[in-house]
Amino acid sequence: MISWPNFVSQVFNGLALGALLALISSGLTIIYGTLGVLNLAHGAMFMIGGYAGFVAFQYTGSFLVAVIAGSLFVMILGVVMERVIIRHFYQRPDEDQLLVTFGLGICFVEIVRLIFTSQSLVVPPPPLFRGITNLGFAFYPTYRLAVVGIVAVALGALFLALYRTRLGMIVRAGIEDSVMVASLGINVYRVFMIVFGIGAMAAGFAGIVNAPVVSLTPGVGDDILVETFVVVVIGGVGSFPGAILGGLIAGEIISITSMFNPGYAYVMLFAAMTLVLVVRPHGLLGVQGRE
Amino acid sequence: MLKQRPFLIETLTAIGLIAAPFVLPYLGFAPNTVNRILVWGLFGLGFDILFGFTGLLSFGQSAFYGTGGFVAAYLLTRTGFGSVVGALVIGMIAAAVTGYLIGLIALRRTGIYFAMITVAIAEVFFFVEFNPLSDWTGGENGLPGVPTPTLNLGFTTFAFSNGWSLYIFIALCYFIGMMIALRIVRSPVGAIFSAIRDNPLRATAVGHNIHGYKLTAFVIAAAYAGFAGGLLGVLQAFMPPDAFTFDTSGQLVMQTAIGGRGTLFGPLVGAAVWLFLQDFLQAAVGMGAAWKLVLGIVFVLLVCFLRGGIVGGLVTLYRLLMGKRTKASAEEAAPTGLVAVAKQKAAEAERPRRSLSAAATIPHAKRGNGSGPLLRATGLTKHYGGVAANSDIDFTVNRGELHGIIGPNGAGKSTFFKMLTCEIPPTSGSIVFDGRDITGMNVTDVCQLGLTKSYQVNQLFSGLTVRDNIVISALSQLRGRFKLDMFRSLDAIPGLNEQVEHTLALVNLSSRPQTPVSELAYGEKRRLEIGLALATSPSLLLLDEPLAGMSPRERVETVNLLKSISRDRTMIIIDHDMDALFELAERVTVLQEGRVLTEGTPEEIRGSAAVQEAYLGGVHGVINP
Repeated sequence: MISWPNFVSQVFNGLALGALLALISSGLTIIYGTLGVLNLAHGAMFMIGGYAGFVAFQYTGSFLVAVIAGSLFVMILGVVMERVIIRHFYQRPDEDQLLVTFGLGICFVEIVRLIFTSQSLVVPPPPLFRGITNLGFAFYPTYRLAVVGIVAVALGALFLALYRTRLGMIVRAGIEDSVMVASLGINVYRVFMIVFGIGAMAAGFAGIVNAPVVSLTPGVGDDILVETFVVVVIGGVGSFPGAILGGLIAGEIISITSMFNPGYAYVMLFAAMTLVLVVRPHGLLGVQGRE
Repeated sequence: MLKQRPFLIETLTAIGLIAAPFVLPYLGFAPNTVNRILVWGLFGLGFDILFGFTGLLSFGQSAFYGTGGFVAAYLLTRTGFGSVVGALVIGMIAAAVTGYLIGLIALRRTGIYFAMITVAIAEVFFFVEFNPLSDWTGGENGLPGVPTPTLNLGFTTFAFSNGWSLYIFIALCYFIGMMIALRIVRSPVGAIFSAIRDNPLRATAVGHNIHGYKLTAFVIAAAYAGFAGGLLGVLQAFMPPDAFTFDTSGQLVMQTAIGGRGTLFGPLVGAAVWLFLQDFLQAAVGMGAAWKLVLGIVFVLLVCFLRGGIVGGLVTLYRLLMGKRTKASAEEAAPTGLVAVAKQKAAEAERPRRSLSAAATIPHAKRGNGSGPLLRATGLTKHYGGVAANSDIDFTVNRGELHGIIGPNGAGKSTFFKMLTCEIPPTSGSIVFDGRDITGMNVTDVCQLGLTKSYQVNQLFSGLTVRDNIVISALSQLRGRFKLDMFRSLDAIPGLNEQVEHTLALVNLSSRPQTPVSELAYGEKRRLEIGLALATSPSLLLLDEPLAGMSPRERVETVNLLKSISRDRTMIIIDHDMDALFELAERVTVLQEGRVLTEGTPEEIRGSAAVQEAYLGGVHGVINP
């Protein structure tokens, strides 16, 4: 049952999943790092990205439009959410932020369930990436290969935005010390809003890109959220490189364990997280003293 | 509020539970719904101790609910184990042991990390139940056929089979659970739980091993969850696998927040609202699946606007109504305007004498005697990267001495204090306190040895009253760093009341012990800050800028206070107010740029050319070293 082609295709599956997790987690981690808010509605953002893309696809039939619409819709949703609700929670204890984002996540899931029912929906992959590719030693769905590429491009764009722009510099400075940034005369609240929008967009983008791989249901974000947490704990909270490394590790652990017995995928993932917590409590690439 | 009328809450709970079967049917509650509410309420009792009292928000309680439930159900359905109560207790113990092991991992981190780790752990339990352990747990089928309890009285057997007869059994369990929870909350352990929620840093600094107490709260919550999980199986005659889902944990969190955290009754009220709305919206209004959206919106609104939940809101309302009455009488009693000033002056004149007598009688741990050195730091150095905050400081304080430390801003005074109290480890050098090398020890153990500090920036337990603040601090000296006296009343601790009253008198806060810290004036908060350090009965007390931010009059008061408490203990004071410090201190050390510039009597320091240079010409030295 376990053969080389099988193993290799699982490694590729892990890569695809890991890349997606890396993208979603970087959204979560830059929001937390900058604003100090752990967005428990992040999984719902992922799910809404898929549904918004689905709707756009229904109207236009274009996958590209679906991806753009899905990402933009979630970004706007993120900005509105930050302006209307999250903003009032910066001064409140961590628990309240967790509670309110948790509640919002449930509301989002239930609204989607109300509109689209619990039935699973399918977005077909774009024509360019349909079919199966012969890798020489194994056959592999083309779209999954494409996902790795698409997400790598998105992560690259996020990297450039974070490390090569003025805004990115402010965001990275804000992760270190947002009070200091504010006292330098920068309107941190505006930056917070933008960061929340970008972080949410990362999840929404991942949601629509992932839609052709796994069919859409309102609960599709719940498992992803848990996996994202493990990624962030492994990689280190607030660390963009940590999110990428953690994502790839988590993706491979899930895929390779699933080859032997899917039931143990989460157990292994948890074991890895525990190991990291024991050996490096602040995550592989995390900075000490940031909670 | 919980302490004033003994057994009031217990009595009201009993009355409520007895009255429920007679009242609730008229409100549209089926007996089965009431039983489910009680199971959630019992589950929530432990969770409220963890979240509402200790401030640890876990999203992973389903792990323990499921563990307890499946252990009990397995015993009852697969092994022929006869006693339902016995199985429930074994399930509870299994959940508590699981909680202990999980707590060891999850509590390595705090805040959002803790929340994320608990979510991940709970998810693992769900998958383990479904796959590797499905031979024992029935996988997605769960375990059907869980029996209900019976009571054999010899002459007759009473079966708690279903409906209201099962209610009797579950209500009894809830009542016992509530009794235990109330005792825990009112015990010293409960007081320390609240301290951890309000200010974990200070709870550590006054000498409590907070990791141990957090783990305790976690295990308590797991035990309650395990018992409630077992009851769920009994109630439904079937142990459902969805006990393990994330939704279970989420529902518990939401019910607790809706009902009111930190109230013990919150989860019960929240569960009642939840299950009632679920039935009502689904059946009566015909909303179908939308009921959960309505509950989600209700939840978000409550978190936004009514932080204390329903019970918290009712308590606030009650206080508002009662407050009007007490306020009126308070205004009568409170002196206003000129009278107040006159009275205050009279009080001031009296204070030194009163404080003095208090200082003389306060029991405190002045270990050893004689006049040798109490603290000796040798070659103390601290580097932050390339910056040397302290370099090679040699420093000695003799027993009974009041030692002052001055120095321009950035001289490294606070860093020096942090190293002495072991908040931060020195890069090199050693500290010997009372004949013992304390270098590399932690702040809790050092406080237990009798060395503590009052902070430059107030570190109070801001959600508690003045008295509770002092109680928490005094407990560390009376009970040690960790002790599991969960069922002992605070009043039963010998010496506690005396020590608290003495400390309050010493810092002149005796008149308002029940005032919440958030309502204190700044000067009062500053005195409480000193009181927190004093209540641990230190033999060496460090004060980091006790006069900072005070008005001239408050300074005079505080200097008198410091004089009176220094009479029989050793103190080190950092301050910028040199007049005050020279008046208080017997010896003064001057720090500059992380080094000892000079040391001597106040007169010597006053006359020192080097010190004048440091303060007035210090700029020169920085620019052109």
